[in-house]
Amino acid sequence: MLTKRIIPCLDIKNGRTVKGVNFVDLRDAGDPVELAKQYAKLGADELVFLDISATLEGRKTMHEMVLKVAEHVNIPFTVGGGISSIKDVDDLLHCGADKVSINSSAVKRPELINELANKFGSQCVVVAIDAKQIDNEWIVHLAGGTQPTTLNLFDWAKDVEQRGAGEILFTSMNNDGTKSGFANAALAKLSKLVNIPVIASGGAGTIQHFADTFKEGKADAALAASVFHFGEIEILNLKRELKKQHIQVRL
Amino acid sequence: MKVVIIDYGAGNIKSIQFAFKRLGVDAQLSNNADVIKAADKVIFPGVGEASSAMFMLRQSGLDKLIPKLTQPVLGICLGMQLMCNYSEEGNTKGLGIFNANVKRFNKRVKVPQMGWNTIKALKSKLFKNINEGEFMYLVHSFYVEECAAQISTTNYDEDYASALQKNNFYGVQFHPEKSSVAGEQLLKNFLDL
Repeated sequence: MLTKRIIPCLDIKNGRTVKGVNFVDLRDAGDPVELAKQYAKLGADELVFLDISATLEGRKTMHEMVLKVAEHVNIPFTVGGGISSIKDVDDLLHCGADKVSINSSAVKRPELINELANKFGSQCVVVAIDAKQIDNEWIVHLAGGTQPTTLNLFDWAKDVEQRGAGEILFTSMNNDGTKSGFANAALAKLSKLVNIPVIASGGAGTIQHFADTFKEGKADAALAASVFHFGEIEILNLKRELKKQHIQVRL
Repeated sequence: MKVVIIDYGAGNIKSIQFAFKRLGVDAQLSNNADVIKAADKVIFPGVGEASSAMFMLRQSGLDKLIPKLTQPVLGICLGMQLMCNYSEEGNTKGLGIFNANVKRFNKRVKVPQMGWNTIKALKSKLFKNINEGEFMYLVHSFYVEECAAQISTTNYDEDYASALQKNNFYGVQFHPEKSSVAGEQLLKNFLDL
């Protein structure tokens, strides 16, 4: 049976992981390759690297990082951040990325999704959607949730599916950073609406939150950052607990 | 040991090359018939769409070469699917090495299947030291129906053939290069054939 995936997300700036990462047995917690290898060993099913470099120089460093990760890590990984053209994607896939994640560039020019799916196949096109619930409506936001659009989450999700996205990474801006659980009602609706996998993001605080997002939120995968980086939740423990609750995981 | 990865412009082959590098083997990328024929082991990769991949194979004459190879050949993902008779994807005639057809997953399940699933009913040296029920990483919208050549099955909506073998030809639907320790074991086993 296909298992539910656990995905740590790493923010990368100029080729280094940012925010504190509190891993005891790492020689260099700022080295994305070290960290990725460690996560792969600990049972992560996939990894996401989000490039938050603002400069061209930073982007170049990202390519070197992707090459190194592909060389040393034996699980799949997605790269996101600042991707806006076929060439951007071609470069990253050539460096060994398995999938790319696009966000605001897809909102600004939705045809990009069609172009990428046609050229590289849907399997490597992840569309990330950040949305905030305002007056009972889920509104798609850009720029880390600071910039509202006129798009409704569910309409946009259906659109990206039809354009050829292979997967949707939905981050609830209401839940992100709160450690109070994922946006399960919206996730369940989303997961029922589209016929492609949905990754839940935003709100992970406890092991039970993951169990809930798989059971109630019908998510196919769950992504989190700080709870993993600071060792608050160990992936192996998390998966054992999920299995106890009859959720299929790779152990 | 000379390992050649057939390079016909289909998808991300860097990962496969790196996976062999982790095993201490420098795999060479090539679309040259002589280089491919001279290899000890041949990898036939493929990511993307079936009909355009077949088009590229025909353009380079590789469609004639591959079925005649005599050394162990491992088709991965779309590579394995193209080694079958026919694929529903793009209404594509395949290389006909495996007497099997490729179908699209039913809409009852999410398509593509993406993630880790188990392999069962293992029967080949390719699975030496790999347990029944081991997890492998898969990403695909089309699958090979159950057939005589199957050496493992996986369940997604229904049972399908997740690995095939006929004579010196092997195929795996999953990505051993992305399937952690178990995937590395499989690649090692292939090198040992």
